[in-house]
Amino acid sequence: MDNSQETDSARAGCQETIARLYTFLDGELTQDRKEKIRQHLDECSPCLEAFEFESELRSMIASKSRDRCPDSIRAKVEAILKYGKVV
Amino acid sequence: MSLSLLAATVTLVADQDKFAEQALEYADALYGAALRMTRNRADAEDLIQETYLKAYRGFGTFQEGTNLKAWLYRILTNAFINSYRAKQRRPDESGMDDIEDLYLYKRISSLEGGTTGKSAEEEVLEKFTDTDVKDAIESLPEQFRIAVLLSDVEGFSYKEISDIVGVPLGTVMSRLHRGRKALQKALVEVGMRKGLGDYGQFARN
Repeated sequence: MDNSQETDSARAGCQETIARLYTFLDGELTQDRKEKIRQHLDECSPCLEAFEFESELRSMIASKSRDRCPDSIRAKVEAILKYGKVV
Repeated sequence: MSLSLLAATVTLVADQDKFAEQALEYADALYGAALRMTRNRADAEDLIQETYLKAYRGFGTFQEGTNLKAWLYRILTNAFINSYRAKQRRPDESGMDDIEDLYLYKRISSLEGGTTGKSAEEEVLEKFTDTDVKDAIESLPEQFRIAVLLSDVEGFSYKEISDIVGVPLGTVMSRLHRGRKALQKALVEVGMRKGLGDYGQFARN
């Protein structure tokens, strides 16, 4: 983020926060680290904005990459699940 | 048929019916994943049938109460890797490490000298169509594509992806890290091609 007006310690906080952004969004951080990131986000709006963007981007990617199994294939799948073969 | 054998058969049939019903619920999701993996409708249709056939045959080894969705995805992923990967050219991974963090976000927030409001960013995201997103995912080299698909689209945990793909956790995390950056770069390229309205600076590096 823009660190020009921040101290060294705040800068380290931003770097660490951004580095852990995806692990945080993936829900794979330990409770301790998650809490540390949350505290940083409470105080740092540029990092918070970046988190919000990445979170929205993920939702967008998930919602815009859906497909529907064609009926003809679904019928074959149903037959496979029932008879062990396409009938 | 003895009564106990009959009872066992009835239970098995009931279990298999329940299994079939639950497995069928993942048809849309598995078909989508098959499309992203094979990047080809005909292959995806074959792959999904192969997956369900293997699931039907392996039903005996599936333990109720365990993760059916992850089990089906593992069958799908293995079937894809075994049947289709050999056909494909070695993926081009060159340039994948040069992508900075927040690649897409930085390009969007630079549009108005770094003061872009949240709504402008949402506006850019809304401009991407389903086809844009699917094409961007499909442009990723295979192992990165699979990791991103399983995490960002299907919502599997690192541990589940590690089990599905059969690689260590660290490898999953590294593939996700690189794959997501490459996906952002692909989206920026799509955005540039589309011009994304008046976001002319989108192309700026």
